[in-house]
Amino acid sequence: MKKHIAALLGPALAVGLLMFPAVSAPAATVELTNVSYDPTRELYEEYNKAFSAYYKGKTGNDVEVVQSHGGSSKQARTVIEGNEADVVTLALAIDITAIEDAGLIKPGWQQEFPGNSSPYTSTIVFLVRKGNPKNIKDWDDLTREGVGVITPNPKTSGGARWNYLAAWAFADEKFNHDEAQVQAFIKKIFDNVLVLDTGARGSTNTFVQNGQGDVLLAWENEAYLALAETPGQFEIVAPPLSILAEPPVAIVDSNVDKKGTRELATEYLNHLYSDEGQRIAGKHYYRPSNQKIAEEFKDVFVLNMKLVTIDDPLFGGWGPAQAKHFNDGGIFDQIYTR
Amino acid sequence: MGRWGGENRALRRLLIAFSFVFVGAMLVLPLCQVLWKAFESGIRPFWASVSDEYALKALRLSLLTTVMAVVCNGLFGLCAAWALTRFAFRGKGFLITLIDIPFAVSPVIAGLVFIMTFGRMGWAYPFLSEHGIKIVFAVPGLVLATIFVTFPFVAREIIPVLTARGTDEEEAAVLMGAGFFQTFRRVTFPHIRWALLYGVILCTARAMGEFGAVSVVSGHLRGRTNTLPLHIEILFREYHTLQSFSCAAILVATAILILVARNIVEGISRKDADYHAR
Amino acid sequence: MTRKTRKKTLPGFGITMGVTLAYVSLIVLIPMASLALMSTDLGPAGFWKVITDSRTLVALKVSFLCSLCAALINAGAGLILAWVIVRYRFPFRRFVDGLMELPFALPTAVAGISLTVLTTDKGWVGGPLFRLLGIKIAYTELGIITAITFITIPFVVRTVQPVLEQLSPDYEEAGLILGAGRATVFFRIILPEILPALLTGFSLAFARGLGEYGSVIFIAGNIPFRTEIAPLVIMSKLEQFNYDEATAVALLMLVASFVVMFLVNRIQVRAASFAGEK
Repeated sequence: MKKHIAALLGPALAVGLLMFPAVSAPAATVELTNVSYDPTRELYEEYNKAFSAYYKGKTGNDVEVVQSHGGSSKQARTVIEGNEADVVTLALAIDITAIEDAGLIKPGWQQEFPGNSSPYTSTIVFLVRKGNPKNIKDWDDLTREGVGVITPNPKTSGGARWNYLAAWAFADEKFNHDEAQVQAFIKKIFDNVLVLDTGARGSTNTFVQNGQGDVLLAWENEAYLALAETPGQFEIVAPPLSILAEPPVAIVDSNVDKKGTRELATEYLNHLYSDEGQRIAGKHYYRPSNQKIAEEFKDVFVLNMKLVTIDDPLFGGWGPAQAKHFNDGGIFDQIYTR
Repeated sequence: MGRWGGENRALRRLLIAFSFVFVGAMLVLPLCQVLWKAFESGIRPFWASVSDEYALKALRLSLLTTVMAVVCNGLFGLCAAWALTRFAFRGKGFLITLIDIPFAVSPVIAGLVFIMTFGRMGWAYPFLSEHGIKIVFAVPGLVLATIFVTFPFVAREIIPVLTARGTDEEEAAVLMGAGFFQTFRRVTFPHIRWALLYGVILCTARAMGEFGAVSVVSGHLRGRTNTLPLHIEILFREYHTLQSFSCAAILVATAILILVARNIVEGISRKDADYHAR
Repeated sequence: MTRKTRKKTLPGFGITMGVTLAYVSLIVLIPMASLALMSTDLGPAGFWKVITDSRTLVALKVSFLCSLCAALINAGAGLILAWVIVRYRFPFRRFVDGLMELPFALPTAVAGISLTVLTTDKGWVGGPLFRLLGIKIAYTELGIITAITFITIPFVVRTVQPVLEQLSPDYEEAGLILGAGRATVFFRIILPEILPALLTGFSLAFARGLGEYGSVIFIAGNIPFRTEIAPLVIMSKLEQFNYDEATAVALLMLVASFVVMFLVNRIQVRAASFAGEK
């Protein structure tokens, strides 16, 4: 009989113990939660160390930054659903807008920090096999017959939306704003798409490890990570025209007010714009928004690409672009009707 | 047993050959693939990646959630199997199906149901936040999600065995004056202990490897709510393929450990059974 | 005839049933109700529109057919594997036995990535198949079936195995001595005994396959109208922060698999009571 009581009490006790750390938060050092996307883990790992040192020097307090990484809109959802982030550093403005719509971030966050609240930027480039055997130089080449294209699915991957919009911007210029022709051009590219992975990393794996396709559309920083992992097998081609990807940052107002971490959070994001923060971003293949620091990396980035922004009248910002192209029934869905 | 196996050699060989081909293609090859990736650059990088601070924290968290899930579901499984196979009542089929439901739920949704209940949009949230209790995006949420996805395992293993055995022996025991616990322990338990063991093993394996549901309720806070499978995913997405597969190799090792543990338990109870038979 | 009396003879109904109902409510019913609550925001017309969308329907069909194929493969292979492991003695038997839990212990993403590497037209398995026969596995429906088969291997094996172990060889030997053919013995004596477990394993594998996401997305190709699975449609809707429509599709899948499992359970309960009354 005793055994049974023990067996019943055991889990009950364990549940109690589990609840314990959740109820009483340790308050020895200041803590900041940064909910980010991937692959920014190493960027922020290095930045967090630099920031901790800077903050200790300035205020004498220790700060511990808890990092969280995952797909950008998935991460935004966890914040909406109750993950208590102090700051978010995501891939797309629309993901932060969703948090704003949920009432956690005050409107106007994109003017809170310089450069549309994007301390670093990136762009979309082509990753091709060594020697560029299919001679892929520009977006035109992606529509050629026999060219296998790998890109993630714009419906599930933030990065893939940049890919799609970059191609759209190119076609818009080429066909002189004739939307029917632009749409036909985009359809031709996606007819060449062999595999639509759900995320950028899946696509890279399909292209690099599994040898599918001739060209991968990727974020510049991810293309560099892929190069680093498999040296000598691939090369990066920068198309003359691409899109300026601006991964924005924001303070989650209702969480910092609840926890009293507003000052720390502001400091954390501001320091990203310091020379030190900008150099760390550049080192991890993000383009620093500070032009002077960006020049230091001119051997890495092709700085004379023409980069269209999402706020260009062509797209009119993320809200309209998302509704027109990527929501259910949008242009991307129309490409794939039977 | 001997007669059956001994009489038809051709059939026996055919079946064994089939098993080897199937297991080889479907299980051994993927296993080799994982191990090959993990040890591609030798043992040292492998060791460095598995002894990383956050990998260890993730492993510890995985073990904790697994133990919780196994204990809770084990007790529940025994109760449910007894209630469902020893008594006739209305709505039995419905109840059994309810128990199965967690398998039918896509892991993506399995996480979401807890978000809808305990998260900021859930109906329980006002109460929870008032009392400072965190369930989702904290360890209790991970445990709940793990319990959910492994919910039916033990019950599902025991029910068919009890159904197949019928109730005669237990009825006899009760008629002779045995109580509930006594009947259960002396008469029923010896028959279901293998099933219980399989259930616990499946439950353990699945709880250790669960990704989908846990990913939704975790919030991916590094060192806090990252279980090992989540850690593996993040490493992979950070282009650390080697570290990622090294951690996956830990899970493979867990599967092997479970196997060893089971062999030991089986060995002990075989001896036990022999003793009682004498 | 014995139903009523049985209920009275065996003790423990109150406590076990109480625990079962409480636990089922806590872990399954309440969260599921929250899910249903969420999708009611759409209203019946909106709900109907979401679930009759042609892309959703095709995705549901792909998921349904692929997991059905995988469940059938597993029913056959799983039965053979369970039989071979329980009845025969051969080298590496323990190893084969222990490998069965591997699909659960490996996180689904790792499984998906490894299977894809193996089965592309350049992989260890996919390469020769493609060159010799022109068959492509990865990025086609075959890839989806492969992934689901892998993920659900343990279900059939581990539900049939305990029943086979409990089955006394006496009946079979009696049958054989009485001159029945091996096939007759198998179909008349063994199969009816293990059929409930086999059906359970089959329906669990099917239901699990229907909802599988993590491993399939790596191997499927995910091209709309061809290799897009239903859980991916749910994910796409969630990515648009469209909780209502996502839960609507989820609810539909849930009801579909509930119906399948309910029917299987009905067959089983009836078979069991039939056997009991014989």
